[in-house]
Amino acid sequence: MSAKPLLTPNLQLTADGRLRHLLTLDGLPARILTQILDTAESFISVGEREVKKVPLLRGKAVFNLFFENSTRTRTTFEIAAKRLSADVINLNIATSATSKGETLLDTVANLSAMQADMFVVRHASSGAPHLIARHVAPHISVVNAGDGRCAHPTQGLLDMFTIRHYKGGFHNLRVAIVGDVLHSRVARSQIHALTTLGCPEVRVVAPSTLLPRDVASMGVHVHHKMETGLKDCDVIIMLRLQNERMQGALLPSAGEYYKYWGLTQEKLKLAKPDAIVMHPGPMNRGVEIDSGVADGKHSVILPQVTFGIAVRMAVMSMVAGN
Amino acid sequence: MNLPNPNELIDALAGQIAPMIKSDCALVGIHSGGVWIMDALAARLGVDLPRGVLDIAFYRDDYSRIGLHPEVKPSQIPFEVEGRRILLIDDVLFTGRTVRAAMNLLFDYGRPAAIKLAVLVDRGGRELPISADFVGTELRLAPGQHVSLERDDAGGLHLRMRGGEA
Repeated sequence: MSAKPLLTPNLQLTADGRLRHLLTLDGLPARILTQILDTAESFISVGEREVKKVPLLRGKAVFNLFFENSTRTRTTFEIAAKRLSADVINLNIATSATSKGETLLDTVANLSAMQADMFVVRHASSGAPHLIARHVAPHISVVNAGDGRCAHPTQGLLDMFTIRHYKGGFHNLRVAIVGDVLHSRVARSQIHALTTLGCPEVRVVAPSTLLPRDVASMGVHVHHKMETGLKDCDVIIMLRLQNERMQGALLPSAGEYYKYWGLTQEKLKLAKPDAIVMHPGPMNRGVEIDSGVADGKHSVILPQVTFGIAVRMAVMSMVAGN
Repeated sequence: MNLPNPNELIDALAGQIAPMIKSDCALVGIHSGGVWIMDALAARLGVDLPRGVLDIAFYRDDYSRIGLHPEVKPSQIPFEVEGRRILLIDDVLFTGRTVRAAMNLLFDYGRPAAIKLAVLVDRGGRELPISADFVGTELRLAPGQHVSLERDDAGGLHLRMRGGEA
């Protein structure tokens, strides 16, 4: 096999520049990002109707391929596909064919033979959705639902939708992304999207052990203290501290992490008075975020989940039609 | 071909529609030309009826051939559709497919008591069994010709012809 680069952004677009697959936000033009957000806006109003379904994907089969568990992401993709009138097939691959030795591409070939029209893929290995997208038939589209440390584009998009909803745009904003940036595919997708959409100041706030070495090259401002990192911010995005990281040498303890990096009412006061607080979930209360802040008036964490359905409807209806 | 002045057509439409207007009526315009006509009609009718806007992008029957329209606007129906008499308004009636999509969309809000259709221009060429109840004017166009309603920056409405030997 030739040594093609694993990450081919152009794979995502048709020859005339329309969205074909959604694999990563890296390299997607602002035009496409804005079109997704605008389309999602129209799907919000569908969610407020008596009948919450539209007929766009009637007769299409959407396969949720979750090689890694994620109840929330899988559920919101399932709701989104059903509201588009698609037939949804959920496969918990972690416990099926691959454990019997089948390769990823064989699994996909078999599902394609079952007349799939779209694959929604979550995989622990970076690049798995790209690999699938390069091998599927022309009528099949692929949506990345999170791959390794690489990308989680629909989460990044729903975060952008949330910011635009509450702040009206991106051009005058100071956004802080706080916590485990190193292991976070969400943070990467957020940084790409914020930069593309014209956000003038994206900060990452974390201990150096939780930052990738190349972080500065992503066009962000690096802060190692909450006191400077949160100062005068419009948006604070808290990242989930993955418990398994505690076992290595990266961090001392959950208690110590909370003391320095947890978002408390006190630290929230450093940000602007109308700042919003976001979190991709699932939250560790008392580790990266104080319960009072998570439930407080600055928190938009639950609206993020609702917006996630509309954003996934927008993405699926765009890729399935192109 | 000399195209008629849309404002005169809207006057004519308002005259036809006025006798049917009752308190249980609502106006619904199809984005975007239908909405402009709806607003102009409402001003001429001088009654304060509920107004709604439909964008039919999610209901088009050519989605699987040409994909999703790149600029979808949110549909807004700020009133109860159930049991309501609805005047559906569009600029140009051609194949009837837009009206079919708009009716399907409307029914996802509830079951109206009745739907009447008002169009500024009926240009012929129907592909579905749909006809308008109120028509501003009929134009005979060749298959390759298209007429559309445009609005300038000052809010003035104009008909424009494209294609064929106009």
